[in-house]
Amino acid sequence: MPARSARKPTEAPDLEAAADDILAAAAVEAEPPHPDVALVERAKAGDTAAFEVLISQYQRQIFRTANHITQNREDAEDITQDVFFKAFQKLDQFQGNSKFSTWLVRIAVNESLMRLRKRKTSKTVSMDQDVETEEGSIPRDFAEWRPNPEQNYNQAELAEILRKTIAGLPPGFRTVFTLRDIENMSTEETAEALGLSVPAVKSRLLRARLQLRERLSRYFRKPKEALQ
Amino acid sequence: MNCTDFLAKLTDYFDGHIDPALLAEVKEHIGCCHHCEVVVDTTRKTIEVYRGNQTYELPEDLHLRMKDAVMKRCLETGRLPDIELKGKKIPSPEEFIKEQSEI
Repeated sequence: MPARSARKPTEAPDLEAAADDILAAAAVEAEPPHPDVALVERAKAGDTAAFEVLISQYQRQIFRTANHITQNREDAEDITQDVFFKAFQKLDQFQGNSKFSTWLVRIAVNESLMRLRKRKTSKTVSMDQDVETEEGSIPRDFAEWRPNPEQNYNQAELAEILRKTIAGLPPGFRTVFTLRDIENMSTEETAEALGLSVPAVKSRLLRARLQLRERLSRYFRKPKEALQ
Repeated sequence: MNCTDFLAKLTDYFDGHIDPALLAEVKEHIGCCHHCEVVVDTTRKTIEVYRGNQTYELPEDLHLRMKDAVMKRCLETGRLPDIELKGKKIPSPEEFIKEQSEI
């Protein structure tokens, strides 16, 4: 008797677990595969035209990412070509566990940080460089900005302000801000591309945003006479 | 909610990943703290201005030339044989930098 009554509680959860598994499998089956999966499979099978389509789709994104991290257009052009060449060579390593674009971004970040490291031969450059600094982690500037403050500058002036401002961020912050806020990747994708935890991405993103805000404030704040 | 608590929730607030009860607290704080209101407005504008003003977009002719150059390299060199790739993954940036430093 005790054996029978003891078995009952374990039977019900097993059935529930099985039902959950079936529902989860059905949900996976219902989700259509990303169109890149077919292109990657075709490229792996030797269809170079399929790989050319992937380059066309992602070359601009990879270039922008490399350009933002290195702050150098020529380096970004070289890096972009290297990224697709390396991706082609190592296509069999892509197992489809992440998006193809996230995989490309990871290669692009690696190559960009390496390029920065080569530029600063005496210093190492890594995702962790300067992230321990407390600078910008607490807002200090509470000045209001003009409405549409960017309209006070012509396009070239604004581009230079934005370039100088983001160039002043440590590489680890600049990379997270680029992927998350400029390229609009999700926090999870950003974490995957950078090999960071989601809380680490959130923490760096907050500090990157606050530091940029402080630095832009000197250009965008309301003039003092407007406050009176 | 004080200013420190508010700052800790700022990323989730901007990303819309915040539960309704906490969102109400954040909004209440913004409503009564002018400094935090300014931080929200100017941080939001910072993100908008970077999103809306790409400093440089790859021109179409350069995009095509770069694509052709990559394809030429790919076709000349081919893919790495499976034996060289076995069990390897693209490293995270930290692992990659470490690997390169050791070479």
